[in-house]
Amino acid sequence: MENIKLSFEKDSAIALKNIKLQRALNKAIDQFRNVRWRAVREFQDWEQLRVSARRIKEWTIDHLDGYLEMLEANVINAGGNVHWASDANEACEIILDIAQKHKVKSVVKSKSMATEEIELNHSFEGAGIKVVETDLGEYIIQLANERPSHIIAPAIHKTKDDISKLFVEKLNTPYFNEPEDLTKIAREKLRNEFLNADMGVSGVNFSVAETGTIVIVENEGNARLTTTVPRIHVALMGIEKVIPRFEDLPIFLNILIRSATGQKMSTYVSLITGPKRNSDLDGPEEFHLVIMDNGRSKILSNEETRESLYCIRCGACLYICPVYKKVGGHSYGWVYQGPIGAIITPQLLGIDKASDLPFASSLCGACKDVCPVKINIPRVLLELRARVINDKRVGARFLLRIAVKLWRFTMENTSFYNLALRLSYILQKPWIRHGRLVSLPFPFSRWTKKRDFPAISKIPFRKQWKEIKDLEF
Amino acid sequence: MYLIKEADKKIKVSLFITCLVDALFPQVGVSMVKVLKRLGVEVGFPEKQTCCGQPAFNTGFRQDAKLLAKRFLSIFDRDEFIVSPSGSCTSMVRVFYKELFHDDQKTSNMVELLSTRTYEFSEFLVNVLKVDDVGATYKGRVTYHDSCHALRELRIQDEPRKLIKSVKGIDFMEMKSPETCCGFGGTFSIKFPDVSVSILDEKIESIIESGADTILSTDMGCLMHIGGALNRMNIPVKTMHIAELLSNR
Repeated sequence: MENIKLSFEKDSAIALKNIKLQRALNKAIDQFRNVRWRAVREFQDWEQLRVSARRIKEWTIDHLDGYLEMLEANVINAGGNVHWASDANEACEIILDIAQKHKVKSVVKSKSMATEEIELNHSFEGAGIKVVETDLGEYIIQLANERPSHIIAPAIHKTKDDISKLFVEKLNTPYFNEPEDLTKIAREKLRNEFLNADMGVSGVNFSVAETGTIVIVENEGNARLTTTVPRIHVALMGIEKVIPRFEDLPIFLNILIRSATGQKMSTYVSLITGPKRNSDLDGPEEFHLVIMDNGRSKILSNEETRESLYCIRCGACLYICPVYKKVGGHSYGWVYQGPIGAIITPQLLGIDKASDLPFASSLCGACKDVCPVKINIPRVLLELRARVINDKRVGARFLLRIAVKLWRFTMENTSFYNLALRLSYILQKPWIRHGRLVSLPFPFSRWTKKRDFPAISKIPFRKQWKEIKDLEF
Repeated sequence: MYLIKEADKKIKVSLFITCLVDALFPQVGVSMVKVLKRLGVEVGFPEKQTCCGQPAFNTGFRQDAKLLAKRFLSIFDRDEFIVSPSGSCTSMVRVFYKELFHDDQKTSNMVELLSTRTYEFSEFLVNVLKVDDVGATYKGRVTYHDSCHALRELRIQDEPRKLIKSVKGIDFMEMKSPETCCGFGGTFSIKFPDVSVSILDEKIESIIESGADTILSTDMGCLMHIGGALNRMNIPVKTMHIAELLSNR
């Protein structure tokens, strides 16, 4: 993780040229926006639901230490084990430790962004333990040896044809192009993996402090299998996933599921409290909950950007974002994409590692309007932009700094401003074609490459004002 | 049409013209003056004004933004109503100044007082003057692009549409997703030009699909961006600020 240095500029340029990706994104995103819109509209008091969810998040994050301890006590009470991991390395070590103690040879995993964040699969593979992703999208991504490009739909960047070819190449199957056939292949392959696995690793959508219950939302049933078939279940959660009470859960299920997939309710919602009890027929013998910080308490300590921790990973901001729709998830360089990625990646990895991301937004604000917990993403982006500019390691380039000072100085003084208008009017002349500026020098060439720029007016408004101020119209 | 009665105290408006309109689109300011004067409003223009500081704020140069914001606050200190031909610049004063000065109580108080008197042009007409029909006429098929800041910071959505639909002879049609960003985003359009243009391309498609010959908005930033591509591609759709439309007779 230390060596990461992301470049949105480079990666987005590649994405924009990828015609297949553009087609895949267009289709999936337009479809989803409609589905989500319907799911939200049919809910009578969506706004009230958002307000409630937001309040619970604010309260919980402000009292996080207490709720995490309550969660720990109740998980232990239910017969589970709780581990605390301060960073990615520690989380991997803890999970690997559990696996090695039980001589685990193969692991099945259900979808979890937290395990992506700590690159858990690498750790397993490094220790000679086989690990299989069982969410269909994640399975595809694992076969292709790629990173997920969307929080909810990890393989959104792949077309049917891409997946068919991938299956032919990696699984030696015939070429099928129907989603049903492809799903059937994956299902057959995965069924054996479930039966042979010694350990299941899952994420956590919510954990309920007062009962010690972890909640997993999914549609494929793979998380249900992951958490019940193998003899050990390990769940990994970030510290921000806890909610206080069981009765808070309906609020969060509603806002998460409607925002994430446009469904009223997902096919499966698993509520897991501890391991198998004596009277249970199924379930793991051991249950481990790993609670991970990995940079989150740093976010918590900063009031300006604390709301970043309210995110429930629904992916709604990705779908609505005009930038994400064009550049896809891989342009954001790390595990979290889109607007939420643009605010949490720089905070989790360090602002110097992802200094491009806070700027990778037109600040249109569509994300804050769809966010079910009302995170004001543009506000956080602006705050992070200020941090980038003030950061000695990245900061603004010398020339930009000078340019901004010069611009500000001009704007602070009306006579300099007037002079600047006059000068610009004169200096622009060599570039004017048909009354417009069509090919300006760098850096303005970045505008005029594909867009005309209007010419500076000969008589600015302030001069015209003198002529018209006493006229009647 | 509503005219302010002689007996009423005249409403006084100070134009917050924005640097963009001042330098590049003065005709928009002139149109605003015409419309306001016709409605019986007393119009003034504080000549010391330059920029509200938004470009600096949006690029992370908060100290520079603060200096310009304070300058703005002192210039418009005593004005009754401050009206601007831009949802974006109005948002800067009404929404983002609070953000900028959240740790400065004294300036925050000034911002609070000033922001309640600051309006974007179309909302000022509809919500303050209570006018939908300003007596304008226009022959043409028009569509309206929601500028992001006007829509999502100021919640201006119905106001410009009411005004547009009241124009005599006008043929108004909505484009697909009028609320989707045009990809301008201020310096974003220069920092990531290819991303910006690819978002713009989708907007241009929606405009063409709508069949309109004129694209309207509350903000010249968006219209400059959209118009820049329309011109470059020789697409015969005119960009027009809502003030220009409303001043047309």
